[in-house]
Amino acid sequence: MSIDKKTVEDVAHLARIELEAKELEKLSKQLEHILAFIDKLSVLDTGNIAPTSHILPISNVLRKDEPRKSLPIEKTLMNAPDKQGNFFVVPKVIE
Amino acid sequence: MELYKLTAHELLEKIKKKETTSEQIVSDLTKRIKGVDVKVQAYVRASGSTLLAPDSKPNGIPVSIKDNICTDGYNTECCSKILQGFNPPYNATVISKIISSGNSFLGIKCNMDEFAFGSSTENSCFGPTHNPWDLNCVPGGSSGGSAAAVAADEAIWALGSDTGGSIRQPASFCGVVGLKPTYGRVSRFGLIAFASSLDQIGPLTKDVEDAALLMNTISGYDPQDSTSINTPVPDYTKALINDVKGIKVGIPKEYFVEGLDPEVKKIIEEAINKLKTLGAQFKEVSLPHSEYAVPVYYIIATAEASSNLARFDGVQYGLRAKAEGLVDMYKKTRSLGFGDEAKRRILLGTFALSHGYYDAYYLRALKVRTLIKQDFDHIFKDFDCIITPTAPTSAFKIGEKVDDPLKMYLSDIYTISVNLAGIPAISVPCGFTKEGLPVGLQILSKHLNEEMLFRLAYTYEQNTEWHKMKPKL
Repeated sequence: MSIDKKTVEDVAHLARIELEAKELEKLSKQLEHILAFIDKLSVLDTGNIAPTSHILPISNVLRKDEPRKSLPIEKTLMNAPDKQGNFFVVPKVIE
Repeated sequence: MELYKLTAHELLEKIKKKETTSEQIVSDLTKRIKGVDVKVQAYVRASGSTLLAPDSKPNGIPVSIKDNICTDGYNTECCSKILQGFNPPYNATVISKIISSGNSFLGIKCNMDEFAFGSSTENSCFGPTHNPWDLNCVPGGSSGGSAAAVAADEAIWALGSDTGGSIRQPASFCGVVGLKPTYGRVSRFGLIAFASSLDQIGPLTKDVEDAALLMNTISGYDPQDSTSINTPVPDYTKALINDVKGIKVGIPKEYFVEGLDPEVKKIIEEAINKLKTLGAQFKEVSLPHSEYAVPVYYIIATAEASSNLARFDGVQYGLRAKAEGLVDMYKKTRSLGFGDEAKRRILLGTFALSHGYYDAYYLRALKVRTLIKQDFDHIFKDFDCIITPTAPTSAFKIGEKVDDPLKMYLSDIYTISVNLAGIPAISVPCGFTKEGLPVGLQILSKHLNEEMLFRLAYTYEQNTEWHKMKPKL
C-alpha cells in the first residue's frame, strides 16, 4: 500500500495539523518511503495470531471509589493560555 | 574539589564519613556545568533557572532529570515549542521518590528529542546536545542530554526515558551505563506520554552500582499508574555479584549481520570473550522475527503517540496560536508548536489508526508484536540472558541523518524489540573505536529479572576499565 498527497492531507486534517504546500510535498515523500519499509510486515501470515496491545497480564485496574483531594483550581489553571474565573477560555464554538 | 567526577555511591560514602556535604557537591556541580555546558549543551533553560529542587535544601546526591518528567515548580517542556512555559502543578512519582529517599534533583533539565521522538537529540527545539567524546557527534537520543551530562561529569546521575532505546542507545554513544527497566517496574505517572505501552523511566549513571542504587529509589508499585506492577522490589545492590560462572547467555545470530559496523562487532566479540573467560556460558540463539521489530515499532509507537499528543491543543497549557475559531486554533497551534519529526509521527500514527488502514497496519503490527514477544519467551526458557550490541554503530556526526528519517529509525534496530516485549535491558561501556568513540554492550533478560542484568554488567565492569575513562573537555 502507498500513501498519496491527498491521503496525507486528509490525515493531517484528522490530526488537526495544517501543512504548507512545501511541507506536504516533503512529508508525503517521506511517509511513502517509511510505509514502503513497513510493508515488509505483509509477508508474515498473522491470521491466527492474537494481537498484543499490552505486555502485562493485568486488566480492568480500578481505584477505590472514594473521594480524594484533587488539584486546587489555581494550580489547574496556572498554565492556561487564557482563563476567566474558574474556566479555560476558548474561541467561540457556536456561531 | 572536583567532586563532580565521582559516582553517587562514592559521594554517599564521603558524606557518611563527613568528608563532604550535599552543599559542596551541588556547588561543585554548578561550577562544572558553568564550565563545560557551553560546549556540550546537555541542559536546557540553564541560564536564569536555579539549580536545585523547590525545598532549596541540598539533600543527598542531586539527580539530573530529562525534560519530559514533571517537576513541580520547574518547567517541563519536552523540548517542544508547544509546551513552552509549562510549569507542572505536581511531581512525577519518580521525583517524589527521589525527594523521599533523601536526595534532591536539579531544576534545570536535560535536553532531549522533542517528545522523545528521535535517536540523536537533534529534534530538540533548543538545538542539539554535543557528544562529550567528540563535539561534532550526536550523543544519541532521545535521552541525549541525560547521557551527555553524566559522561561530561555535569551530572552525578540522571533519569531518562526509553520507548525504543532512548536510554540505552545514548548510554552506548556516550560511554555510560543506561537501564531500561521491565515495563511496569517504574511508575510512569508524571512522565509526559509518548507511547504508553512502551515507555519506561530508567537511570543513566557512571557505573553499575549507581544504576542499582537509583533503581532502588525509583522502582515500585504506584496506584497512580494503572500499568504499574504490584510486586515487591528487591534490593538491587544485592545483585552486584562479581561472578558469572555458569550463567547461560544467548547470542542472537540476527544481531550480527549486515548493518553492524565491523569495528563495533569486533569490540562486542571481545567483550563476549571476556565474559567467557569469567565463566559465563555462551550459545548462539535465534530471534527469528528481529527484522520486523523496527516496522512494528514505527506503527505502534506512532499510533500511540498520535493519540497521546492529541492533548496538545492550546486549551489547557502551553502554546496557543491566534486563530478565528476553535478548529482553526487547534490547527494553527499544533502546526506552529510541533517540530518536523513530531508532525511526521503524528501523521504516520493517525494514518495507521484511520478507517481503511487500521487492519492492514495497526492490527497487523500488534500481531507481529506477539511473535516478537514469543521469540524472547522461547529463549528465556533455557537462557538467563541475551547479549547483543546496543547500537549498530558508534555515535554519528551531527546532521548526518537528519534528512533521512528511515536511516535514523534504523539506529534503534537492536534496542526496539526489548520495548515491544516489555523486558528489561542494560547498556554498559565495553570499548572504544579507533576514533575514540564509546561502544555499548547490551544485556537483556526476562520480565522483572533486572538482578540478572546487574550481576552480569557488574561482573563485566569490575573486570574491565572502560567505565573509568573520561572525555577531555
